[in-house]
Amino acid sequence: MTPMSPHLIWFIPLLPFAGFLVNGLLGRRLTRNAVTGVALFCTALPVALVLWLTATFRAEHLLSLTTGHHIWIQTSSLQIAFALAVDHLTLVMLAVVTGVGFLIHIYSAGYMAHEEGFWRFFAYLNLFMFFMLTLVLSANFLLLFVGWEGVGLASYLLIGFYFTKDSAANAGKKAFIVNRIGDFGFLLAMFLMIAHFGSLSFGSVFAQIGMAPQLHGGFLTAIALCLVLGAAGKSAQIPLYIWLPDAMEGPTPVSALIHAATMVTAGIYMVARCHAIFDRSALALAVVAIIGALTAIFAASIGMVQTDIKRVLAYSTVSQLGYMFLACGVGAYSAAIFHLLTHAFFKALLFLAAGSVIHALSGEQDMRNMGGLRHRIPVTFWTMTAGVFAIAGFPGFSGFFSKDEILYRTFMHPGAMGVVLWAVGLLTAFMTAFYMFRLWYLTFFGAQRFEDHPAHAHEAGHDDGQAAHGHGVHESPWIMLAPLVVLAILSVCGGWIGIPFALGGNNYFEHFLAPVFAGNVSRQMVETAGTGHGMELLLACVSVLAAVLGLLVADYFYRRRPDAAAKLALSLRGLHSTLVHKYWVDEIYAKVIVMPLLMLGRYVLFYGVDLGVIGGGTSAAAAASRGAGGLLRRMQSGNIRSYAGWLAAGAAILLAFTIFGRGLLHIL
Amino acid sequence: MVPIAYYLVLAAVLFSIGVGSFLIKRNVITIFMSIELMLNAVNLTFVAFAHMWGNLNGQIFVFFVMVVAAAEAAVGLAIIIAIFRTRETLSVDQVNLLKL
Repeated sequence: MTPMSPHLIWFIPLLPFAGFLVNGLLGRRLTRNAVTGVALFCTALPVALVLWLTATFRAEHLLSLTTGHHIWIQTSSLQIAFALAVDHLTLVMLAVVTGVGFLIHIYSAGYMAHEEGFWRFFAYLNLFMFFMLTLVLSANFLLLFVGWEGVGLASYLLIGFYFTKDSAANAGKKAFIVNRIGDFGFLLAMFLMIAHFGSLSFGSVFAQIGMAPQLHGGFLTAIALCLVLGAAGKSAQIPLYIWLPDAMEGPTPVSALIHAATMVTAGIYMVARCHAIFDRSALALAVVAIIGALTAIFAASIGMVQTDIKRVLAYSTVSQLGYMFLACGVGAYSAAIFHLLTHAFFKALLFLAAGSVIHALSGEQDMRNMGGLRHRIPVTFWTMTAGVFAIAGFPGFSGFFSKDEILYRTFMHPGAMGVVLWAVGLLTAFMTAFYMFRLWYLTFFGAQRFEDHPAHAHEAGHDDGQAAHGHGVHESPWIMLAPLVVLAILSVCGGWIGIPFALGGNNYFEHFLAPVFAGNVSRQMVETAGTGHGMELLLACVSVLAAVLGLLVADYFYRRRPDAAAKLALSLRGLHSTLVHKYWVDEIYAKVIVMPLLMLGRYVLFYGVDLGVIGGGTSAAAAASRGAGGLLRRMQSGNIRSYAGWLAAGAAILLAFTIFGRGLLHIL
Repeated sequence: MVPIAYYLVLAAVLFSIGVGSFLIKRNVITIFMSIELMLNAVNLTFVAFAHMWGNLNGQIFVFFVMVVAAAEAAVGLAIIIAIFRTRETLSVDQVNLLKL
């Protein structure tokens, strides 16, 4: 292994940026093949660079690598460098972003082949890759924030890709605005860090915390809570999760890449990155854990009744992100990142497979209009099956290892909170299995519930912008199936790098991340708790039981007794309606937050301040000066002798003042 | 020896005549003449004071004023001729095209 020049790290984010520039500026004039070629090249090379980087780290036993010490912002008290840093956590994130990103780029080439604005799509996608890679590579909070905002921008552009559709444009705006609320928290956290540490670089901030063991709570809690707000916005946690389900208006590959595998995990990455701060604040950790658990069960319960295939997956993503938050909250950062990794594989797979189903049905997204697709699109079926079993947590599949690690570590969390959160997590695991198998059965089994030859009937009503090809159900082309197969293999095997000791593995993944999370108190606590492997095995069995139960319940309702589900929904009408309406959260937000703000904006700020004070003020000033001008212009008669008269009068007054002025001043 | 007050009173009278005719007259040339009258009234006070104090500064000042007045007369008369050629009038009240 030749020693790697750290400067090559710069190419990882810059290549996709170059792709964005080429496709964004020239794409309109390029052929579709050229656009695809540019986009794929600019995402494939970073994959190779990341592999090389990983090999270098292993070969040279590196702990971290930084590059670029160019001063970006310099003031007397604050110095911010334009620097990138790589450590083991970054390597995992890089692998996810570049690897899954590349696969989704390939898939998109097939999926978007018939779309208008093909070049625009790939330009945005490459822009997203650039910002996401900046986010994970950054060596300080400010550069991370640049990436953070940038992925938000790319997400906005891609959600609103079909911008002629009102709902898509609104969904894009919603995502952007809700994220702004989170960004506000992130900004406050950065200001607090500047105030207390005088620096924004990871190294300096964490070192200062490390050197001050007496620091606990206090302003660290404030910083941590502000960061949680930021993370909740980006990672779609309660109370800011509402934008993610709407984000499904974007093309399906976008949902897979941005709203499942990468961008939404930025919040988890950030919390894990800042674990030094969170470890010092029990309150903030508890908040993270509770938010995570609540989001997990809340979103899972909504997901159980959704009928749009992509929305089920969207709520599932929110729920799984809740798991990751929960893991962070109980201090199991490496478990969170492990779940992030496996989730990226199986959720990207599920989304892409769902896209393949939608593609096969020429734009149909409602699962009530699917069914019996098992033999029609076999590759999609088998790959999706791998994804479904992985997310449900069946033994051996990747989701099993990561989810079990989280549940085990939650259970081991000291105090009653651990057990309660574990129970919530377990219930969520059951729900997850239920809604995933519900999706599986509704889509692939049972009777066929759609017209076989949609021909042009769907052309007007298709939801995902999929052009109706007019030749019935068809398996997707290989360019779409190949990424599915790769992701399916990863979904099955991806968890094997983190098999816990209790199951005879060596938990390689946790050791890989150990340098980053060294000094994490909770980890040592679990290790010294010495509960042995029996407990871990028992918990694993319980969660497998939950998954199997989910499978059996879904099997009963959606395969053996297809009408039972409707009957149950009818008998539990109140609950069912609450779930279908997503607990009316959107409506409550609209009434409680959006409407008052809109009213305030329209009546107070627009009519009152803008038109009244600002508009009225300027009009009054204009009227006053016009009036004064009207009076004064009479002096400017154009009569030269009257000018001379004014001149003489002025001179006379000056003269009088010089002579009598002194006396006048005395009198006054 | 004539007291200084006489000179000053004469200068004041001349200046007032100059100002007065400047304000009433419409003919540009008359206005021009009144300006000359005011300048010379001032010159008179300069000379009077210079004589009173036995100081030459005032007298030198008068030369400067005369030079400037001559230059001004040259330019001013040129302008007056130009106006007369284009407008065929010498009344200042009718030279008001710059007014709105």
